[in-house]
Amino acid sequence: MTGQLPIDPAAAASPPESPASGEPALVSVQGLVKYFPIMGGLLRRKVGDIKAVDGVSFDISKGEVFGLVGESGCGKTTLGRAVLYLQRPTAGEVFFDGQNLSTLKANKLRRMRSRMQLIFQDPYGSLNPRMPVSDIVGEGLLAQGMKSSTARERKVEQTMQAVGLRPEYCRRYPHEFSGGQRQRIGIARALALDPDFIVCDEAVSALDVSIQSQILNLMLDLRREFNLTYLFIAHNLSVIEYVSDRIGVMYLGKLVEVATAEQLFKGARHPYSVALLSATPDPDPRVRKKRLVLRGDVPSPANPPSGCRFHTRCWLRERLGNPEICSTVDPPLHDTGGGQMSACHFAEQVSVEAAEEAAATQSVIETAAGAT
Amino acid sequence: MSTVIDLSHVAEAAPGRSIGQKPPDDVLLDVRGLKTYFHVLDGTVPAVDGVDFQIKRGETLGLVGESGCGKSVTSLTIMRLIDIPPGEIAAGEIWFDGVDILSLSPSEMRDIRGSEMSMIFQEPMTSLNPVFTVGYQIAEAVKAHRNVSKNSARDRAIEMLAAVGIPSPERRFKQYPHELSGGMRQRVMIAMALSCDPKLIIADEPTTALDVTIQAQILELMKSIQERTGTALLLITHDLAVVAETVERIAVMYAGRIVEAGTAEEVLLDPKHPYTQGLIASIPSTVPRGQRLNVIKGTVPNPFRMPTGCRFEPRCPHAFGPCKDFDPPLRLTGPNRESACWLQYPPGELPVKETDAPPATPVPVERVGH
Repeated sequence: MTGQLPIDPAAAASPPESPASGEPALVSVQGLVKYFPIMGGLLRRKVGDIKAVDGVSFDISKGEVFGLVGESGCGKTTLGRAVLYLQRPTAGEVFFDGQNLSTLKANKLRRMRSRMQLIFQDPYGSLNPRMPVSDIVGEGLLAQGMKSSTARERKVEQTMQAVGLRPEYCRRYPHEFSGGQRQRIGIARALALDPDFIVCDEAVSALDVSIQSQILNLMLDLRREFNLTYLFIAHNLSVIEYVSDRIGVMYLGKLVEVATAEQLFKGARHPYSVALLSATPDPDPRVRKKRLVLRGDVPSPANPPSGCRFHTRCWLRERLGNPEICSTVDPPLHDTGGGQMSACHFAEQVSVEAAEEAAATQSVIETAAGAT
Repeated sequence: MSTVIDLSHVAEAAPGRSIGQKPPDDVLLDVRGLKTYFHVLDGTVPAVDGVDFQIKRGETLGLVGESGCGKSVTSLTIMRLIDIPPGEIAAGEIWFDGVDILSLSPSEMRDIRGSEMSMIFQEPMTSLNPVFTVGYQIAEAVKAHRNVSKNSARDRAIEMLAAVGIPSPERRFKQYPHELSGGMRQRVMIAMALSCDPKLIIADEPTTALDVTIQAQILELMKSIQERTGTALLLITHDLAVVAETVERIAVMYAGRIVEAGTAEEVLLDPKHPYTQGLIASIPSTVPRGQRLNVIKGTVPNPFRMPTGCRFEPRCPHAFGPCKDFDPPLRLTGPNRESACWLQYPPGELPVKETDAPPATPVPVERVGH
């Protein structure tokens, strides 16, 4: 798969190729686009588009944890939902286990859904306060046609045990549980249908660090036990580094880098990834590094910058004397060696040393400049 | 060994300080035995239950803890922003710049609040008034505390907007909060907090709502302003990595108490309290991939049913003899280094329950961190 994004649906409608590893891809996303219309004016006509996801392609092999990291508004949640076809993509294809989801009829898609599940961020908002846990966890089973209530109950109890909740708790209501326990209920709900693939959308972000570690351990245990594949969406880099086999970095609706966890954290090949890593505070007080601070804010996804979307905040472009290509040509995601993909015209010039030099010369007070 | 030690007095006052006495001049903020309770329908919530800490002039202190540990209530009590009732400041003293501010009248407190000490809140969306321009809101704070004309208040506001790195401050002065991004709003909050040259800034989770690249901007800005103006900073956060990069000293809170305090290096590299140890080991980046993360078993205690002994005892991997029945007070374990854990006490000083026969040999104490 090339980084040149097949936005033309006809060009993209080929079955998924095998990724480099030779393992068949469980999930293959090709040229995925999701726009949300902006309505305005007196007649509420469409006046523009929020380009939430704008041409994203990647594969997830069976049993892999694919981490998706980016700042708020970069489109990672929309991407997660579009992959599950909870939101119909504007263009592009999602192949799940070799089947093109866009060609499936509604009832077939529904049956397919039992194999792909979602865990939500907010353990408070995502559980219906009027339903006992047994109904919350069992609702998916009922929807998928498990009519016998005794069979459902048995499955709910098994699932609750698997996520470390006492089966006796199944008649209780969500408000009787702590945040960590609620997130376990959310995981049990996803797990009840024996899925192959789970999208975890900021599944641990709302939790305190000591509870977060309990849930992360649980999710990795379940992955081993049930041979699960995760799309793990988070903004916290230390969590992403810990759980992911491969990581995709998103910026303004596009993937700017795809690499293994080791490749990304040892030698990122996109200036945005480098800045993201540099901005992340380190819990070791001896490492009071000089941070590389990006200027300004993320531009609006309704009107993304021309060429490379990162060029308005790019520290590398500045160091290279603002080459024209950055603002005119959108760089494709290309292999920079060892399967590490970067969408930067000057990917080979991205290095830790260059970033440190750039960090040393910047002034703190100027960093808000560039944002208008 | 067999005598019961009465600890009530120790819990009231931290070592070396006594109630009612003015702290030395170099201490800007001295919080002693502070207890803030909330009386609600179900009973009393001891949100802050005996907190002691000091901040010297120009010093930066990070107050760290998980949600519900009482760190925000501590900061609101220092600002005297607790609603009474349902709140109640049940005990303690807060010495700020040589004055016990709990003894001040509301109008005297108003002169200090926003001027001598100011606060930066977590949520920049909701802590600015949406119907006034940001410039007006900064100028309003200046006018409230300084006897200045409208024009010089305006000039001061523009000067502050420039100082926090907001481009074209004259134009921004006339904008409303909704016209600014989250990072910009937080800069406006910082400008407002700084506008009257405070001696102390309390920042309550100032970067939690921000993205990591914007968080880096704001932390760098706060550090450089702190270095330039010499303002003392109380940084409240749940994020150990944020304090590691920003402050000199750290105090760790658990269930309404300070359980450990020391310099950032001491606390993060050589934690003495089992809670701090568990917290640090739970951070994913401290563990290699594939290895299981450390877990603090259980959850924080129910505030209506606090354990009678050490509040961390039900979750503590090192709990032994006295932990269940006796609450350990903060003990100095080094210069400016405190820990509230029985493991830090020599065996001879450990309290023993009256009904229990004293053990023939002292309970072996496993020294943590060695």
